[in-house]
Amino acid sequence: MVELALPKNSRVQKGRHHPAPAGAKKVKTFKVYRYDPEGTENPRWDTYDVDTEACGPMVLDALIHIKNTMDPTLAFRRSCREGVCGSCAMNIGGRNTLACTHGWEEVPGQTCTISPLPHMPVVKDLVPDMTMFYAQYASIEPWLHTKTPEPQGEWLQTPEDREKLDGLYECILCACCTTSCPSYWWNGDKYLGPAALLHAYRWLIDSRDEATGERLDDLEDPFKLYRCHTIMNCAQVCPKGLNPAKAIAEVKKMLVDRVV
Amino acid sequence: MADFRTPFSRAQGLGAAGHGVGHWITERVTSIALIPLVLWGVFAVLRLARSDYDMAVAWLASPINAVLLSLLTVISFMHMNSGMRVVIEDYIHRKITKAGLLLLNLFVCALFGALALFSILKVALSGGAY
Repeated sequence: MVELALPKNSRVQKGRHHPAPAGAKKVKTFKVYRYDPEGTENPRWDTYDVDTEACGPMVLDALIHIKNTMDPTLAFRRSCREGVCGSCAMNIGGRNTLACTHGWEEVPGQTCTISPLPHMPVVKDLVPDMTMFYAQYASIEPWLHTKTPEPQGEWLQTPEDREKLDGLYECILCACCTTSCPSYWWNGDKYLGPAALLHAYRWLIDSRDEATGERLDDLEDPFKLYRCHTIMNCAQVCPKGLNPAKAIAEVKKMLVDRVV
Repeated sequence: MADFRTPFSRAQGLGAAGHGVGHWITERVTSIALIPLVLWGVFAVLRLARSDYDMAVAWLASPINAVLLSLLTVISFMHMNSGMRVVIEDYIHRKITKAGLLLLNLFVCALFGALALFSILKVALSGGAY
């Protein structure tokens, strides 16, 4: 059965409060999910009163500020700080997004809640275990498959065919979409999820790829593909403004084209 | 318990079943068919509400009404079966419970669909005589 409540050892408890330094004028509270895998305690919500005049405009700036000046034990992933690497994907104010491109002022209210990507095993604090997500991405074989002997130069493609990859190739695999999908929450062991399926479609419509049929064969499955019920959370949260739900719908249309 | 299967092996699972598009098409085709049939059904029920027993039997004895009502019933149960199937697959993960509910779904839909169809045909073909 679907688990609607967290298991006992995962229930989040009230944590510590870190007050703002004396003299802080503008304060915003960040309520952050904390979990230490080495301890025996349950996860907890720690609150940090951040002096917003001392930190940058993005949620990632606030997290770095917290780590540098208030609590060095806080763990989170980050790298490019400009929405290109996808490392700092997390749930901010109830919505999956990238901490580096989401301003804390955009989160309404006094408190900004930050938790790891939903329904993923947590490694520590805001760091989720992405192993299965990457394995599912690998399973769609995200590279060019050809049988024709390689040409002297590049595999050629018309500008029109190249345009078909727009809105797909920009995906940075941050997993915001996949971990916002209820179907992935309930059946993530079998359903490939929006990110992997968007990439599957990216190779399906690549005019240079010669394995379209085999790719469709590998997707035609009640669980791998058809668990998508067009809930559309994926399109709503994608920090790059892509539409995985549409890509999945196109894959379904291709499968219909094969039989009708 | 340690699991030494690689993540890639777990992602592959048992591989693709090689079906799913048929079920997807069935869902859509039955949905489309039900749009006019349900509209007709609502209209028919409203009309029948004002008629007495003999008028209702005579109405159902008309070939077009009997056929449309049969189609409405059979397609509704088919549609219900494929919809409920997805709900069970989504939410029920214990193998034995899932198998049981999938069978129950199929049998209930088949039983009530067949009963309804038989009843329609009985009235339509016998003119309401028991």
